[in-house]
Amino acid sequence: MSEHALDISLTVNGEPVAERVEARRTLVDFLREDLSLTGSHIGCEHGVCGACTVRVDGEIVRGCLILAVQCDGAKVETIEGLSDSGELADLQAAFEQRNALQCGYCTPGMLAAAQDLLKGGVVPSRDEIRAHISGNYCRCTGYHAIVDAIEAVAQQRAGGKR
Amino acid sequence: MKIAADSPPVLTALDRPNSYIGRSVPRPNLHRLTQGRGQYVSDVSLPRMVHVAFLRSPHAHARIVAVKTEAAKKAPGVIAVVTGAELAKVMTPWVGVLTHLKGLKSAPQPPIAIDHACWQGEAVCAVVARTRAQAEDACDLVEIDYRPLPAVADAETALDAKTTVIHPALGDNLCFERKLDVGAVDKAVAESDAVVETTFTFGRHTGVTTEPRAVVADWNEGEQRLTVYQGTQAPHMMQNLFAKHLDLAEHQVRVVTKDVGGSFGIKVHTYADEMATVALSKLLRRPVKFVADRIESFVTDIHARDHRVKAKIGVKKDGTITAFEIDDLTGIGPYSVYPRTSGIEANQVVNLTGGPYTCANYRAQTRVVFQNKNVMCQYRAVGHPIAVAVTEGLVELAAAKIGMDPLEIRRRNLIADDAYPCTSAAGLKFERLSHHEALAHLDSLMNYAGLRAEQKKLRAQGIYRGIGFASFIEVTNPSAAFYGVGGAKISSQDGATVKLDAQGAIVVATGVSEQGQGAESVIAQCVATSFGVAMDKVRVIMGDTDNTPYGGGTWASRAAGIGGEAAWQAGKALRANVLDVAASILQAKPEALDIRNGVVVDAANGTERLRLEELARVAYFRPDTLPAGVQAELVATRHYVPRAWPFAFTNGVQASYLEVDTDSGFVKLLKHWCVEDCGTIINPQLVDEQIRGGVVQGIGAALFEQCLYDERGQMLNGNMADYLVPMAAEMPDIECGHVVSPTADSELGAKGAGEAGTAGAPACVMNAINDALRPLGAQPLTDMPFTPGKILKALGRL
Repeated sequence: MSEHALDISLTVNGEPVAERVEARRTLVDFLREDLSLTGSHIGCEHGVCGACTVRVDGEIVRGCLILAVQCDGAKVETIEGLSDSGELADLQAAFEQRNALQCGYCTPGMLAAAQDLLKGGVVPSRDEIRAHISGNYCRCTGYHAIVDAIEAVAQQRAGGKR
Repeated sequence: MKIAADSPPVLTALDRPNSYIGRSVPRPNLHRLTQGRGQYVSDVSLPRMVHVAFLRSPHAHARIVAVKTEAAKKAPGVIAVVTGAELAKVMTPWVGVLTHLKGLKSAPQPPIAIDHACWQGEAVCAVVARTRAQAEDACDLVEIDYRPLPAVADAETALDAKTTVIHPALGDNLCFERKLDVGAVDKAVAESDAVVETTFTFGRHTGVTTEPRAVVADWNEGEQRLTVYQGTQAPHMMQNLFAKHLDLAEHQVRVVTKDVGGSFGIKVHTYADEMATVALSKLLRRPVKFVADRIESFVTDIHARDHRVKAKIGVKKDGTITAFEIDDLTGIGPYSVYPRTSGIEANQVVNLTGGPYTCANYRAQTRVVFQNKNVMCQYRAVGHPIAVAVTEGLVELAAAKIGMDPLEIRRRNLIADDAYPCTSAAGLKFERLSHHEALAHLDSLMNYAGLRAEQKKLRAQGIYRGIGFASFIEVTNPSAAFYGVGGAKISSQDGATVKLDAQGAIVVATGVSEQGQGAESVIAQCVATSFGVAMDKVRVIMGDTDNTPYGGGTWASRAAGIGGEAAWQAGKALRANVLDVAASILQAKPEALDIRNGVVVDAANGTERLRLEELARVAYFRPDTLPAGVQAELVATRHYVPRAWPFAFTNGVQASYLEVDTDSGFVKLLKHWCVEDCGTIINPQLVDEQIRGGVVQGIGAALFEQCLYDERGQMLNGNMADYLVPMAAEMPDIECGHVVSPTADSELGAKGAGEAGTAGAPACVMNAINDALRPLGAQPLTDMPFTPGKILKALGRL
């Protein structure tokens, strides 16, 4: 393994991390296996389902389509960090209130995608919400409740009716 | 019977003070899941744990001549390379049959194929290594010599004399057949004013749970005990099966199921690779983990719905349906899946077709055949989507043929709301259904007349919109009639144990399990209400065979109706026990007291008498102060199983409104409605979300999902880029309504709601597409999924 491994240093949820990783290790495997951050989930491993969505340097990415070695020097944020910082608190509360999750497996990725949509204080239409989360597969809810929850938070943040 | 509003509380006789029955309270477990703090099996890691990867047959059908493992055994990190023959020494094979499905047969299935690979994807060798990556690396070094055999791919020719028999010992490729002939079908058809005859086909599809199947097996040689962490819907069933096939006693096996990333019937079966993982743990005396990757999921998770149904309906000019006739054929792969069998879906198609209607003339036959494709078995709404699409497709085609409105033909044929109890032509016993009330509710909910007017106006502008309906019945709350009578050790009863802790809070352990439906909340709501505490004082324990009463788990829409009733009764029993203690402390009569919001009060006026915390303090720490002979019993257990009816049938009706782009063949779903009757509604929000999620799974079947196989039995689209699932952008908003007809079999009166959405949605969408295209003279579409190509073909544009 040694000839195929590299040393990387990065920030994960605000904590500095220095590890030696195999070149082939995906970011989501690195987070789950090496750092025990199991909140990022693996659904398809080919970039379709969005369960592994995390934030790297402020942009949401598929944790299964980016290698850990590509994140050398990057700032990585996962559901654990986004929860502890309180950044997602209103979205999480709305998801819970609206039952916008059933099994919860897609939820960390879905929340990251929703937060990405709402950055900058935009109030998207239901169709825009549906389009934006169309890279995140949910088998349980049928999406209606997720759209409701995101819409409610967008309006709340804009100081709107809800 | 009354129409319930969608979210305000439905208050009934169950409305004790501070009742949670009928309230949309948030689920207690959600906070953990939104923070990514769930504990799915894929997250489990144990000391000394190793990982298994499986080599899988690239052939649909082959003899395994030799398995050469030497090179793989020397690869970095490899602990063991194990063949089917070696694993057979640890674990016995199984046969998926039930005695009440007469004549159903199957062959013994081993955890790893020994000399005969029967489908592309069947495990043929296991490689165990320190990491999954190392195990997969070493898989490349295993050499397997195959001698390919002719693959039986097409169900239509599986029974032909010249077709290869997959399991020669069985004599032929027929797994199961059933025939039913009720009334006088031929005479009724002959006397009909119109007859519609067509063939419906249903695409083989699968569950695509977001978390793939996962298992961590931990055989502890020191304890002689096996602990299996498994994403399963039926922990006690799996406990029994692991014990049986490893020659252990059940008390030596513990199955732990924490969070499960979606199930939908996929995770209620015995999978060869999961059984192999458990056997490997026993063999290697250490924890072994297996998590299916997505491609493995597509070729090994059970498939469902691959049915071809030739169907006929007769109808009079006044809309009276005179007869239904079906001939069903389904190919279920090379083995009947253990222990629920692969005959149930076809059996359900025969049972359920024509089910909502009064028509007394019904003939059906079904044949279930073996083939060299992945196995098929029970997936959400087993058989219902097929039976409902056939029935409702025929009804709307018949209505069109005699020029009758599709709601009107239903009004003239649906079983009357005052006709219950009654029995269907197929012999199903209905306690109480509400087809007409549901239809009337749907009519107004969707503003049917308004939509028809809009449809007509838009047609004039060349915009083709369609409205389609589906009335349906759903099997819920199954008694032992489903599996137990056929010899399977699958519990139809469920239990709940409730205890008062030392601070006056409640812990409830239940045999039903949670995969996202909200069972945890429902159990907490039932106990909180019947005992008399706030819900935040109730903690629910589930998914652990060491620590929960024996039960069936969560499938067939049984958790709320059966598990909920057991919890309700257990809460009541504990309340009686607690009030006995309170009465002796307070020198009062127990019947003059009640527990409300965690406080013992005077039943008559609600005056506070004793806090539960104080009662618990006395009972646990100062029992010496209780009168002589008074022993506080602060744990109570109750069980429940439906006895009066084999199944608690529910009913409902759905509608779809959509637009077909006649140039591209694309379907745009505009809106979907579902009115259903699941009896007492414990949590309106959870019921609605079960309906919505179910509807979208049904829409997937109607428009997108199909496991495509070639003639050699090779799956062509085993990945999420090529196998399409519903994503948010294509899905409509879904409006729900309810009618409430409680079952009298339980005090709670709740029936199931988990499968109604999936049961009706495909039929609705099909009928709406055909309604949209009817003015263009298109051939009715009856071959799911309705892809743009098929739609353009029906329009004569391809």
